Amino acid sequence: MTSLLAQTPLHAWHAAHGGRMVDFAGWSMPVQYASIVTEHNATRAAVGLFDVSHMGRVRLSGSGSEAFLNRMVTRRVAGMNPGQIRYALMTNYDGGILDDVLVYHLRDARGTAYHLLVVNASNRPKIWDWLETHHDGADVELRDLTLETTMIAVQGPRALQIVRAHVDLDPASLRYYHGAETQVAGAPGLISRTGYTGEDGCELIVPAETSLALWEKLATAAAPLGGQAAGLGARDTLRLEAAMPLYGHELNEQINPFQADLAFAVDLEGRSFPGRDALAKLRDNATLPRRIGWELAGKRVPREGYAVLIGDRPVGRVTSGTFSPTLGKPIAMGYVEPALAVAGQDFSIDIRGSHEPARSVALPFYRRPQ
Amino acid sequence: MKQEELLYAKTHEWVHVDRDAAGEKIATVGISHFAVEALTDLVYIELPEVGRQVKAGESFGEVESVKAVSDLYSPVSGEIVDINGSLTMKLDQLHDDPYGAGWIVKIKLSDESALKNLLDYKAYQAQCAEEGH
Repeated sequence: MTSLLAQTPLHAWHAAHGGRMVDFAGWSMPVQYASIVTEHNATRAAVGLFDVSHMGRVRLSGSGSEAFLNRMVTRRVAGMNPGQIRYALMTNYDGGILDDVLVYHLRDARGTAYHLLVVNASNRPKIWDWLETHHDGADVELRDLTLETTMIAVQGPRALQIVRAHVDLDPASLRYYHGAETQVAGAPGLISRTGYTGEDGCELIVPAETSLALWEKLATAAAPLGGQAAGLGARDTLRLEAAMPLYGHELNEQINPFQADLAFAVDLEGRSFPGRDALAKLRDNATLPRRIGWELAGKRVPREGYAVLIGDRPVGRVTSGTFSPTLGKPIAMGYVEPALAVAGQDFSIDIRGSHEPARSVALPFYRRPQ
Repeated sequence: MKQEELLYAKTHEWVHVDRDAAGEKIATVGISHFAVEALTDLVYIELPEVGRQVKAGESFGEVESVKAVSDLYSPVSGEIVDINGSLTMKLDQLHDDPYGAGWIVKIKLSDESALKNLLDYKAYQAQCAEEGH
């Protein structure tokens, strides 16, 4: 059967290096090469290389683009300094989360300012349509860069060390959540001090044509340090330990940012964006379930959809769970009744009929040593 | 045990039938190297109680990996007469020696008809090749 899945420019490399390719949001992506745990531990201890080219990348330019973006996202993004990157949300008119995004304020080689929006792969068509239907003829040019570029996340304590040789600026000179256009492996690219693993590191966006050579150089440089390519499986265990929410699991259109513990990404005062008025009412709503996290003492792993109980009373549901390679025990995130959304509370999770003890803990589960 | 001499279920369990001292037919059951490789990153195994009756095709336990949980299906019908309790502490045995120290349960056959539905080594290899990695 002919595959209808999209392939990243690194697809053949993954397949040739034992990558187990799975359908993720319409893309054929490596879930793992040999072992999720090995790839996870390599990222925590040294460096992991992740092909994240499936993430949507939309460039916004034109004199109206900053004002336009500012009235599309939950957080103030007007007036960001060039080089600054901000995590924000896009919500519908009910305040439900359409996507969580990164907004980059950048300058191109000629010094012209523009913005870049990085969105979840599964939400790219939805967000593109949402932007198109809201720009009201303002001077905004939208361009989808997803298919013409490759995005590589280099994550872990040795990440900057292996990237340094291939970029024209010192990655250590960038502060966290800052980025810049620069030459990457001899081609015009972008480096940012961002990631989704809880580690230090950076993400590179480079032209599709030259990206395989860069990836191979990074893999070669990573190997002697104990680093390696890592798949979406490790990306998931890493982000879960760092308690970062994942769209389609912790976030969806029925959940508002306050429930998801993302109030830091919402500015309501003096602002206008879709969902702003709904969110003003929802801010103090104390009846909706809230996101929390659990650690379990046993070995059985809570999975998405499992019921959370106190005694025999269902009080919530798991949205993500795994066996934490770093902590050596099962962890999970999910939503519970707001009065119970505190650390140090004893719950049980119904793991296929067996009620396993689970204790709520302060998030994140893992914080990297400073 | 030599993998070439075992029988296999389509669900990747292997079976070796032998007679015990009393002459009863006993099936030793494990999971194949192919299955262990496909699961990877195993963290937990749930074993059945000794004495439980199982039917061919019925789940008798489960094995959990970082990514997912999978049922273990009994390839034969009978009574669980022994379990490999050492696996709960040394799950690596499933990976390191799937046809020896990594055995999972022993089942006293109540009915041999299910054996006819199992694959020989060659047929099982062909199925694995088709599933690919």
